Amino acid sequence: MSSSPDPRGELADAISIALDGRAVGGLTRLSGGASRETWRFEADGEPLILQRQRAGDTRDMEVEASVLRAAAAAGVPVPRLLASGRFDHGARYMIQSWVDGETIARKILRDDAFADARVSLVGQFASALAAVHSIPIDDVPGLPTTDQVAQYRQSLDDLNAQLEQSHPAFELAFRWLEANRPTSARRTVVHGDFRLGNVMVGPEGLRAVLDWELAHIGDPMEDLGWLCVRAWRFGSELPVAGVGRYEELLAGYSAATGSPADPEALLWWEVLGTLKWGIMCMLQASAHLLGFSRSHELAAIGRRVCENEYDILLALEGRWSSLGVS
Amino acid sequence: MSAEQSPHDVPSAAQLVESVREWLQNDVLTSTTGRVQFHSRVAINVLAMVERELTMGSRQETDHAARLAELGVASQAELASAIRTGALDDRIDDVVAAVRASVVDKLSVANPGYMRRDDQSS
Repeated sequence: MSSSPDPRGELADAISIALDGRAVGGLTRLSGGASRETWRFEADGEPLILQRQRAGDTRDMEVEASVLRAAAAAGVPVPRLLASGRFDHGARYMIQSWVDGETIARKILRDDAFADARVSLVGQFASALAAVHSIPIDDVPGLPTTDQVAQYRQSLDDLNAQLEQSHPAFELAFRWLEANRPTSARRTVVHGDFRLGNVMVGPEGLRAVLDWELAHIGDPMEDLGWLCVRAWRFGSELPVAGVGRYEELLAGYSAATGSPADPEALLWWEVLGTLKWGIMCMLQASAHLLGFSRSHELAAIGRRVCENEYDILLALEGRWSSLGVS
Repeated sequence: MSAEQSPHDVPSAAQLVESVREWLQNDVLTSTTGRVQFHSRVAINVLAMVERELTMGSRQETDHAARLAELGVASQAELASAIRTGALDDRIDDVVAAVRASVVDKLSVANPGYMRRDDQSS
């Protein structure tokens, strides 16, 4: 916390220094999550975005900045990175161009203004993901390489212990995932949270891929599977981000990468993504139950865990023979 | 709990919760906006969930216990552990069917509209 009587003025001064003395005004806070704050402002009249990391966030924002630079170079539509580094008071920051458009999924899925966008988005998502996955790994040192199954196995064990719960459906899911791992040896940069809500969309379609803080190294199909998780359809019947069919995503991605995409691998990653979201629902409920953030909204999310159990059981109907006698 | 076993007067617990939910729906929702209205909507959903659990919970507990007994385990935690170690792999279809029935029960309380029609009100 700053002791200055005008912390906003102090932040504006720090931004101005980061931008080689440009005149900074109109600082408006857009959001403040647990790990970072986002501000909108203008520098010499140009609308820009500042993201500032909070103390205690263990991720290195400079790694994210390097991913953004590499993504731009690989042809991914992203905001332009103007500056990144560390303010005098120690907080990491990134300054990016402001991209106009809509991020709210329900508006993109329902408003007439986005009718054309909805037709184009799956193809544009497939191309953008192919570009993300073409980033040379050596250009972005420092990205985590954790195995996703192991990571979420640990999360589930921790949460089950804290909340004194057990989830037989999730145990079935882990067994199936372990027994049916895709054979693909491809290891690429993975965005890690590619879905409506984290992309800027205009009436014509995709404008920018945002929110790279979960980027890591892994199987590129992870991004495609996550995009198909039912939570990210926001009530739509269409499986891919609520806007398209599996075949469109696979065909678009295969065309963009020049090699066929495996629908079985897509299913595997969708199941893992559904499991992840179920565990994240437990995590949100635990924030209420353990007293970090008392809220009936967080409490209610605890009862959404079973939506993910249900989706996993539907996705794997008739596929259990790999575990035992059927 | 059946009415004969309960020392309480009417309204029942479910009816009390229902009365608060109706007040939220009829008065609070219409006289609020933005964040408070959104959180009122969440509260309405939570209370509707509690009503369903008060109505169905006792039958679900009995059914759940019977499913666990059928698989030869004493608790849900024991079932989870048996799945993890593979101890019940020779009955995997029975296990999946029992787990699925429990999940359908959970969703019947939490969000029945989320399920396919043939799983609703089962």
